[in-house]
Amino acid sequence: MSKILILFAHPRLEKSRANRSLIDVIPTTPEITFRDLYELYPDFNIDVEAEKELLLQHEVIIWHHPIFWYSCPPLLKQWIDMVLEFGWAYGPGGNKLSGKLIFNAITTGGAPEAYAPSGHNRFTVAQFLAPFDQTATLCKMVYLPPFLVQGTHRLSSENLHQQTNDYRLLLQKIVAGQLEPSIAKTLTSLNEIIQPVNH
Amino acid sequence: MENNFLLSAVVYLAAAVVCVPIAKRLGMGSVLGYLLAGIIIGPFVFGFVGKEGEDIMHFAEFGVVMMLFLVGLELEPQKFWKMRKMIAGVGTSQVFLTTGIIFIATLLLGFQWQAALAVALAMAMSSTAIVLQSLKEKGMLDSEVGRYSFSVLLFQDISVIPILAILPLLAVAAPEVVDGHKNWLDGQPGWIKTVSVFLAVGVVVAIGRYLVVPLLRVVAKTKLRELFTASSLLIIVSIAFLMEQVGLSPALGTFLAGVVLANSEFKHELESDVEPFKGLLLGLFFLAVGASINFHLVGQQPLLIVLSVFSIIIIKAVVVFLIGRWYKLTATSNVLFAIALSQVGEFAFVLFSFILQLNILDRETSDFMMAVTALSMTITPILFLVYEKIILPRYAQTNPAQSDADLITEKHNVILAGFSHYGSTIGRFLRANGVNATILDNDPERVDLLRKMGFKVYYGDATRLDLLESAGIESADVFISAIDSPEINLELANTLRKHYPALPLLIRARNRMDAYDLMDAGVGHIYRESLESSIRLGVDVLKQLGVRSYTAYRAGQNFIRYDEAALPKLARHRHDMKQYIKNVREQIALQEELLNNDLVATPNSNDHAWDSQHMRETISRQS
Repeated sequence: MSKILILFAHPRLEKSRANRSLIDVIPTTPEITFRDLYELYPDFNIDVEAEKELLLQHEVIIWHHPIFWYSCPPLLKQWIDMVLEFGWAYGPGGNKLSGKLIFNAITTGGAPEAYAPSGHNRFTVAQFLAPFDQTATLCKMVYLPPFLVQGTHRLSSENLHQQTNDYRLLLQKIVAGQLEPSIAKTLTSLNEIIQPVNH
Repeated sequence: MENNFLLSAVVYLAAAVVCVPIAKRLGMGSVLGYLLAGIIIGPFVFGFVGKEGEDIMHFAEFGVVMMLFLVGLELEPQKFWKMRKMIAGVGTSQVFLTTGIIFIATLLLGFQWQAALAVALAMAMSSTAIVLQSLKEKGMLDSEVGRYSFSVLLFQDISVIPILAILPLLAVAAPEVVDGHKNWLDGQPGWIKTVSVFLAVGVVVAIGRYLVVPLLRVVAKTKLRELFTASSLLIIVSIAFLMEQVGLSPALGTFLAGVVLANSEFKHELESDVEPFKGLLLGLFFLAVGASINFHLVGQQPLLIVLSVFSIIIIKAVVVFLIGRWYKLTATSNVLFAIALSQVGEFAFVLFSFILQLNILDRETSDFMMAVTALSMTITPILFLVYEKIILPRYAQTNPAQSDADLITEKHNVILAGFSHYGSTIGRFLRANGVNATILDNDPERVDLLRKMGFKVYYGDATRLDLLESAGIESADVFISAIDSPEINLELANTLRKHYPALPLLIRARNRMDAYDLMDAGVGHIYRESLESSIRLGVDVLKQLGVRSYTAYRAGQNFIRYDEAALPKLARHRHDMKQYIKNVREQIALQEELLNNDLVATPNSNDHAWDSQHMRETISRQS
């Protein structure tokens, strides 16, 4: 059994079809804590102590956000800057988060093909997520590949429905303790746990 | 006859219009202005008005009547109940002690005991009109001194009822019948008068409760504003008439009526309807007091009059001062408290004419007493002036900052004027962030508290340049004004722009209109009370209705920015509509303009940030 903390950041959720659908399928269970950061801190004044306390109470952390300009929305960056304190999350004596699993659950407007050396975004999703990877690593956490919903600008309803269902199944698996980090680390995305791809 | 009336009206109005602004300009307050105007047009200086001054006075006493109606209206039973201890304690001690001392003094001067008691009772009264008006002009009605003074005045006003009831019992000879001033009870024995006084009070209470309110409801339904005004005046006039018929003070009757109506739904309408009449008539009353001072009598026995005036003032002031001491008022508050209540009030005129009518005093003595009363009223505003210009500055200088001048205060020299609710929030915030502002405030009690808390505080009027200088304005980095009164803020801004043009001013404005005035005065940082907190409330409403909190928050921030940006534009525009004279009309016009502007500008319509729906739609349109 693992407890999940979902740190969700979207500045304009009411206009985001994909993220609203994703949030809708998150199972309501005491094992999952959902934190809507923009709803909680519209003035960006993050309650650091409360956030730290929540981190301590969970084993798996999810940064759930859309990719805007190849990064996360500003409030999530603010969260990282303020909550992951020196001497607490990293640096001397900073090992409070050590061993926790963490990954990004992200939506991108661009299609998967765009995120490749030959695509018009030139870099892969993993390359864009390098700062998160290193942030987690510096905090001695285990950084896993992301859960991805891509091409949201053109995604059909059925397609979106299938992907949100994958998200729900993934969360249920994690809660049940069926996520094996060493295997997960070898994948490109956590979507593959639910929909295995043939290489 | 009509010509005469018009001529008198011209004389009175002109005197007021010329003298009052000059008096205010010289810092003397409007009451002294009216009194001086009265003296100047009176029979002993220019003689524009002669004997009819007394008739005018009789007419103008109606100002006092209306004032007491308003005082009564303000006095909701709950409020009265809350103040009961203060009223009973401070009020009774003032009335009894003062009466006692003056009674003994007049006995020693060889008066009969009945006459001495009557004089003492009349002299114990202070002037509600002068004190409330002066304290209001100084913005001190809500201060400790204001509350204490109000309690004493209220108790005096109430105690006039029993005093008027007792006076007939003091009559030694049969009352002389004053021509043309007959009332229903003339010639009746004393006890009947006493009983009828209490009966009349009961009648007023009953009328107020069971007749007036239903009547006002009917009138209100007609939706004719002038009819409501007429009814308000009718209530006051008829109660005053009833009271006169039983030989009671009309002022008291209306005071009672006011109290009875204080809880009715018409309280505020009545207030706003009667207010302008009160102001005008009260001014006239002060004019008449000035005009009726019998300088002839003063000329005959100048020494005696002057001596009497000063002994009365000193006796009254000392009694009040001792009471203030007992209630542990600070030294400066206490001096102001004593000065405020040291005069003999307008009720004394009423009481003395009643006493004369009852033949307790002869005409000469009663004229003498009235002259003493009027002179003491004239002196009060002068005493206020002395207090403000001589006593206060001294206090401010002999009590320089008692707090340790620490490094932060040395480094950041911030001056904060006004420490009411608004100012105290600023002061607390700055202090929490290590900035100890130098505070200017005009409430002695608060100043005392703040000093004890280690603040650097200067007591007094922030518009005074010498006070600003002693507070260190030359070396100030920032000046904040959190004063309530927009007029004072504007005056302050003008003074500071003139003498310290480089000093950054951050000034509180009550609303948009005040902000325009401050902009015209060249103030760059203006903080409208009616902006941020209203928007915050609006933002919370949006959230309650299901709007995402960050979206609501941004909408609020955008609206504030848009509103601030529109302010200078509209301020320029305002000069084009100078023809609007009435403030209210100007405000309505302004609201209309704002609402129209909002429709055109719609501050949030172009906000497509993070709007993927908008992107999706654009993309699908293209493909």
